[in-house]
Amino acid sequence: MEIFGIPSQALFGQLLIGLINGSFYALLSLGLAVIFGLLNIINFTHGAQYMLGAFCAYFLLNRFGIGYWWSLLFAPLVVGALGIVIERLMLSKLYKLDHLYGLLLTFGLALVIQGLFRNEFGSSGLPYQIPDQLQGAQNLGFMFLPNYRAWVIAASVVVCLATWFIIERTKLGAYLRAATENAPLVQAFGINVPRMITLTYGFGVALAALAGVMAAPIYQVSPNMGADLIIVVFAVVVIGGMGSIMGSILTGFGLGVIEGLTKVFYPEASSTVIFIIMAIVLLLKPAGLFGTQK
Amino acid sequence: MAAVAKSQGQLPRQEVSNWRLHRTLFIAMALVFLLAPLVVYPVFLMKVMCFALFACAFNLLIGYGGLLSFGHSMFFGAAAYVSAHAAKVWGFTPELAILFATACTVVLGFIAGSLAIRRQGIYFAMITLALAQMVYFFSLQVPFTGGEDGIQAVPRGRLFGLVDLSNVWAMYAVVFTVFLGGFALIYRVIHSPFGQVLKAIRENESRAISLGYDTDRFKLLAFVLSAALSGLAGATKSLVFQLASLTDVHWTMSGEVVLMTLLGGLGTIFGPVIGAAVIITMQNYLAQLGAWVTVVQGVIFVVCVLAFRRGIVGEIGNWLRKPL
Amino acid sequence: MKRKLLSALVTAAFALGAGASQAQISDGVIKIGVLNDMSGLYADLTGPGSVVAARLAVEDFGAAKKGMKVEIVSADHQNKPDVGSNIARTWYDVDKVDVIVDVPTSSVALAVSQVTRDKGKAFLVSGAAASDLTGKACSPNTIHWTYDTWMLANGTGSAIVKTGGDSWFFLTADYAFGHALERDTEAVVLKNGGKVVGKVRHPFPGSDFSSFLLQAQSSKAKIIGLANAGGDTINSIKQAAEFGIVKGGQNLAGLLVFLTDIKALGLPTAQGLIFTETFYWDMNDASREFTKRFSAQAPRNNYPTMIHAGVYSAVLHYLKAIEAGKTDDGTKVIAKMKEMPTDDPLFGKGTVRADGRKIHPAYLVEVKKPAESKGPWDLYKIRATIPADQAFRPMAEGGCPLVK
Repeated sequence: MEIFGIPSQALFGQLLIGLINGSFYALLSLGLAVIFGLLNIINFTHGAQYMLGAFCAYFLLNRFGIGYWWSLLFAPLVVGALGIVIERLMLSKLYKLDHLYGLLLTFGLALVIQGLFRNEFGSSGLPYQIPDQLQGAQNLGFMFLPNYRAWVIAASVVVCLATWFIIERTKLGAYLRAATENAPLVQAFGINVPRMITLTYGFGVALAALAGVMAAPIYQVSPNMGADLIIVVFAVVVIGGMGSIMGSILTGFGLGVIEGLTKVFYPEASSTVIFIIMAIVLLLKPAGLFGTQK
Repeated sequence: MAAVAKSQGQLPRQEVSNWRLHRTLFIAMALVFLLAPLVVYPVFLMKVMCFALFACAFNLLIGYGGLLSFGHSMFFGAAAYVSAHAAKVWGFTPELAILFATACTVVLGFIAGSLAIRRQGIYFAMITLALAQMVYFFSLQVPFTGGEDGIQAVPRGRLFGLVDLSNVWAMYAVVFTVFLGGFALIYRVIHSPFGQVLKAIRENESRAISLGYDTDRFKLLAFVLSAALSGLAGATKSLVFQLASLTDVHWTMSGEVVLMTLLGGLGTIFGPVIGAAVIITMQNYLAQLGAWVTVVQGVIFVVCVLAFRRGIVGEIGNWLRKPL
Repeated sequence: MKRKLLSALVTAAFALGAGASQAQISDGVIKIGVLNDMSGLYADLTGPGSVVAARLAVEDFGAAKKGMKVEIVSADHQNKPDVGSNIARTWYDVDKVDVIVDVPTSSVALAVSQVTRDKGKAFLVSGAAASDLTGKACSPNTIHWTYDTWMLANGTGSAIVKTGGDSWFFLTADYAFGHALERDTEAVVLKNGGKVVGKVRHPFPGSDFSSFLLQAQSSKAKIIGLANAGGDTINSIKQAAEFGIVKGGQNLAGLLVFLTDIKALGLPTAQGLIFTETFYWDMNDASREFTKRFSAQAPRNNYPTMIHAGVYSAVLHYLKAIEAGKTDDGTKVIAKMKEMPTDDPLFGKGTVRADGRKIHPAYLVEVKKPAESKGPWDLYKIRATIPADQAFRPMAEGGCPLVK
């Protein structure tokens, strides 16, 4: 069966791959959106923190024998704690300044972290096994879908929706959102805003690390894994709307699918399409598809 | 106009003495670059000069225009490719190759600027990043750039059809002239009425608008100028090294020029030159240590942002209470 | 008494002789620069191991006893042409390096070859593969040693087509090497009556090949040719297993595979892979002896790949040529190396052609099944030997301007 001249097998296969990539885009842009929404900081370190999550999983497995499932819990906690340290020691000093300094600081931190790991581990990837329970594939007829990749899609959707729910539908989320609008007022109500900010940054970083653990069995655990991905994720966040949670989730998955489709019909443009969309969106709707002008 | 003069904060007499100071420093800098090749490897110095010009051009936009572009590698790299192709495939003489590449960069700068100027701050930076990524992936796909191989074996050619530039001293003279010329041009621009308005826009755009200035036009012009001079640097570099490659258009190149300018001093005149010299020297000497270069660069970023925002020349200038 | 005087005279004569020959060696030192990928995806198949190989060659040549001072320096070109050509240029201009060896990643090798030619030095390529280095990009200052894309295509390509693999889909690394390998293999496939049903280029280096492998799968080609190397090949093979490509009836052809790749993949995944190499550690006593010495010094005690063996062989012949020609001027030494037949314990007897191509036999190897392997590095069985005169592209077909 052919759709637009492409065999349906190829089309669905690439769509599925697009969804998988989209899962990572969604998870990572979610973390970025949370951080930007509250702190107004572009966290360039996000890619490095994603990489740290993957390495954490690698170490947990190879040094301590702690498997994938526990790593999903521990790695985000460890890397999130590191994030909190970064926020307390460095980022908090920049809140009064132009936001661009935050961008430059996190950019520098990303270079440091990536450089250190590249020194230690070289640029080629380290292997990480797919956990036994998720080995194998389902023969869907039009393609073999590896079980692990199906799990990635499912898990990302769950995490994204859970985060959205917490932020948009719970009291804690309401406090967070209020603090972005008017921090002194919220503080006057007795809420410890600086602590909330710190924890929020930690949470955003933990999301990045979680994505890293999930990425470890698919992509190589390599010091470079976050570097080029982060630029794409920025584009996703900007398209979705810098502070909008649902916007990042939908855009992440959506752009993954669009990228997958582009690979089928016009492969040469597949890396550029996200940036083209970003430029267009910024020109027509600068706050992003789902964002609100701040 | 009063607002502008106040933000400058200086009386005419001080301005003249500043100009004298700058002239002295310019001559000193020219002398250093003139005499250094006798003791330092000339190809290394040519690299420093090309990147110093690139950083100065970038500084024009951020230091004086207040616009942080995260995509300047697109101008540097695109010009490098165009000049390499012109020299190698079309057989242009070097000065024509460089001029042609710079002209192309003006066009690219105009297009990119028109798209980016509409937004401010973070959004401006993101748009420039997106545009630079598009240029990168374009360079990756298009056959004439040679993809991962780059354009290799670029002939240096004969300047004006007469002077053979494969002689390292002839090439050095060319790069020296280009660098000083570009630097002088930037200085002239900064201290012209145009430069004053630009600074005013940087300090308080709405006020400048209320004074009747078409701020978008000024910002676009500054953007195009910055792009063109970055292109000039890139075009010259590709002839010096006889190679144009993907590294020149990659976003890490954009990050490096930000680093050089930040380290040297945003908004200072000589800062970018010092910053470029320091970073290139560091890259050279730490090259054996591989990825430590990245780590050191990252640490410099962090330290500069947290504690050293004025940069090297900025701090010196602050201590001397003179704009450097 | 007389004997003592005689021996003293002889020693003095030798010292004078050695001094005289040293006079033509620039700066009195022969400086060898090992330039390759020390930390990236080719680090195991070249990397620090090549430095070990070069050192062993200098030892075996007996440079110290002959009074020749030899120094070895090394650097990491990170698989980038601009980094590589910068290092080459600085090495030649400032550090007085006389010869550069190894340089995997064909785009870097082409750039270094150009710089070497401009400066009149010497370049011995062991790591890179593009056959253009002895074709249209040939140079009087460059010798292409261990292997090249034409040899791989002919060895592996024709063997596979002849056994029924007649429809191909290429997964190619998007740089000079990948393009050259794809081009040369496609020519062989077509010449043997096969057809190429599709190709796709992946970024270099890549990490996720899933979408490319899907395209390969939907093309229904019998053979998926992997025109890439090192970590890219390893990942392509691993991910192909994830997507059930081999289960679905297609076969993977690794066009350039090294010993260290098979080690990383493991025999269960890699068994049955067929490809071409020019050296295997377990071929004969000489190779085993070399391997023992190499492995003792190599990182993680790795065994030598054919690239390491090539560095050894090239450096050895280079030093012999300097000794014979009494000069280390790049162009002259390369000419001498082409004049003298080669002979070393790893490749046996061979020659260097006018276009800079080193000639030696090639071997079609198959990866053993796990049950057949008796040791951690017992990974191959040698299926066939391709004689030296058939293994490489005929000089006339290369289009090298040096050969008229």
